[in-house]
Amino acid sequence: MGFKDYCFRKSLWVFHFGGASCNNCDIEILDCLTPRHDLERFGILLVGSIRHADVLLVNGSINTRDKDRLIELYRQAPKPILVVAIGACGCTGGIFAESITFAGPVDAIIPVDAYIPGCPPKPEAIIAGIVKLAGKK
Amino acid sequence: METEAVIENIAKKFISDTVAFDLVKSRRGIITIRHTALTAIAEYLYRSEGYRFIIASALHTRRGFEIYYHFSLDTSGLILSLHVILDKEKPRIESLSNMFSASNWIEREMHELFGIDFLHHPNQEKLISDGNWAEGVYPYRKEFK
Amino acid sequence: MSRKTLIPIGPYHPLQEEPELFKLFCDGEIVRDIKWETGYNHRSIEKLSESKTYDQVFFLVERICGICSTSHPFAFANAVEEIAGIEITDRAKYIRSIIGELERLHSHLLWVGLAGHFLGYNTVFMWAWKYREPVLDLFEMITGNRNSYAMFKVGGVRRDIENSKIPVIRKVLADARKKIDLLAGAVMDDPVIHARTKGVGVLTRQDIIDYAAVGPTARASGVAIDIRKDDPYAAYPLVNWKVITAEGGDVFAKAEVRLLEMYESVSIIEQCLDGLEKVREGDITVKVNEIPEGIGAGRAEAPRGEVFHFVVSDGSNSPARHKIRAPSYVNIATFKKSCIGQTIADATISLAAVDPCYCCTERMAAAYDVSSGKRILNATELIGISLKRTEEIRKSGAGHE
Repeated sequence: MGFKDYCFRKSLWVFHFGGASCNNCDIEILDCLTPRHDLERFGILLVGSIRHADVLLVNGSINTRDKDRLIELYRQAPKPILVVAIGACGCTGGIFAESITFAGPVDAIIPVDAYIPGCPPKPEAIIAGIVKLAGKK
Repeated sequence: METEAVIENIAKKFISDTVAFDLVKSRRGIITIRHTALTAIAEYLYRSEGYRFIIASALHTRRGFEIYYHFSLDTSGLILSLHVILDKEKPRIESLSNMFSASNWIEREMHELFGIDFLHHPNQEKLISDGNWAEGVYPYRKEFK
Repeated sequence: MSRKTLIPIGPYHPLQEEPELFKLFCDGEIVRDIKWETGYNHRSIEKLSESKTYDQVFFLVERICGICSTSHPFAFANAVEEIAGIEITDRAKYIRSIIGELERLHSHLLWVGLAGHFLGYNTVFMWAWKYREPVLDLFEMITGNRNSYAMFKVGGVRRDIENSKIPVIRKVLADARKKIDLLAGAVMDDPVIHARTKGVGVLTRQDIIDYAAVGPTARASGVAIDIRKDDPYAAYPLVNWKVITAEGGDVFAKAEVRLLEMYESVSIIEQCLDGLEKVREGDITVKVNEIPEGIGAGRAEAPRGEVFHFVVSDGSNSPARHKIRAPSYVNIATFKKSCIGQTIADATISLAAVDPCYCCTERMAAAYDVSSGKRILNATELIGISLKRTEEIRKSGAGHE
C-alpha cells in the first residue's frame, strides 16, 4: 500500500474554507452533519485546524483578499492533502467570475483533486463526492 | 395624496434649496436639492418627521457624482429620496454620520468606490477595499468620452 | 495598565488563520470596543449587475446571500415593476409570498440552530436543522432546488405551484407547526437559556433609531417596522397576519420574535394556498415588452429585515445603476451598542442575535493580547468560553429561581 493510500485508509478529517461565497454551499456542507445526512457515520469529521485535516473543502469565488489566505492555508496543510472545490463558484467562479475582485477559481490558486458542482450541491452530492474521492485514493 | 403633500411641505420649508421634483407618485418621491442643504433637510426629516435612513446610492454620470439619500417614512410606506449632484473633479459633501450612525458605513463605502469625500465623517477609513483594490483606485467610476 | 485583549468569535468549524470579522478588544472579561473588518466577501455585485440583462440579474442577486436568497429577487422585481408600471397577477402574488414565507421559516429555523450552538445547546442545533429539511424538500418540490429558487422574473414567477401540490404543502406546514411548538418550548421555557439571554445584548429603542436597524432586531426592541405591512407588496395585503414585536431588546426578545414569526409565516402560507385554489391555475405572468427609462425603489421584508434595491433604468436591457442594501448592513453595526460592556461569553451570543448573514457569522474574530501582540484565544476557544458559561449557570442552579 502506498503512503497516500495508507494516509487515507481511515476516516477523513475535513477542513472547510469559504471564499467570497453566498453561503449556500457552506450551509449545505454544515447540513451534512445534521441528522438527515449525518456525515459522521462515514467517519468524516469537520475539524477546526488545517493541520489536522486530510481534506480541504473550498467553496466560494475567491476574491483578491481571500487568495493569499488560501495559499497560506494550503501551504500549512499537512501533505498529502486532498482539495475539493465545491459549488459552481469553487469550480469556475460561477456567476461572479467577471467580478472586478475575482481572483480564482480555486484551481487557479491551488491544485484541486475533485470538483463537486452545483449551486449549491445537495448534501447527498457533497457526501458522494467526498466518499468517491476517498475510495479512489 | 400623501406624497404630494409631503413634497409640498418640504418645498415650502426649504424653498431656496429645492432644485427639482423628479418623482412624485404614490409612496415614492425624489427631490433634487442643493448639496449644501443636505444636512438641514436630512435633519428635518429625521428629527422632526421621524423618517428612517435606508441607505445612500451613489452613481457616476456625465453630470458628475450623484447621490440619492433614501429615507423611509414607515407609517406610510413612503420612500423619499434626496438627490444631490456633486462636482466632477472634487466630489464632496457634508457627512450625515454626526447626526446618526446609520450612514457611517455607506459613506465609507461610497468613498472607496467613487472617491467622494464626506466632510467631517467621524472615521472615513477603509471598509471593503483593503486587499481588494489599490489605493487611489475608485472602481465604480466610469470613463466618459 | 490594563491589558486589552482581542477575542475571537468562531464559527462552527473555525478557521484559524482567518482575517477576523469581529475583533473584540477586552479588558479582562469585559468587552470594551469592537472593530469590524470586512471585504473578504466583496464581489462587486452592483457593478456586475450593469453588465447583465434584467432577466439575468435575478440569478445574480439570488446569490448575494444564500439564506435571504429570495428576498433580493423579490425587492429587485418590485423595483423594476415599479419603473415599468407592471401589475402582476394574483396567482403570481400568492406564489411570491409563499416562497418568501417558506424562506423566512427555513431561515429562522437555521438561526435558532446557530443560536443554540453558540449557547452550547447542540441538540437544539441538530433539531432545528433537522426540522428545516422538510421545508427544503418543499422548495425542491416546487422549484427544483433546496436553495436559490430562480422563481422570480419581471412580471411574475417562472413556475407555477400546481394545485395538485397544495395538499402536500399543507401537510408539511401542519407538521412544521408542531415542530415549532417543540423548539419554542425548548428555547423559551429553559431557565438556563433565560439566564444566558435575558438582559444580554440589549438594544434600546433609541439605538435602533440611531442605527436605523430593521427586521427582528428592531422589532425585538419594540420598533414595529415590517415592510410587509408598511409598504405592502405581493399577497401580504390580501391575507391576515400580524407584525410580531417584543419589548426588552435583548437576545431573548430577538429569539422570541423569530419564533413567533414562524407561526405567522405558516399562517400566511396557508392563506396563500387558499388563495391559489381560488384563482386560475397557470396564470403566473404578464407580458413585459421593455423596461422604460426611469427610477424605481423596491423593497421586501427578508428574514433579517428590509432589503432595498434601487434601480436606475436608461431604457436599455440592463440596469444603468443598481444599488443593493441588505438588512445586515445596518443591523450588524449595532454590535457597537449591544456588545460593549458585555462579558466575552455574552458578546458571542449578542453578535449572533442580530442574525448577521451566515457568511458574516462564519468569519468571526480572534483574540490578541494588545501588549504582546500574540494571539491568545482562537475561534474554537471563544465558543468554548460561551459554552463554559452555560455550564456554570447550569451547575450553579441559577435560573431556577
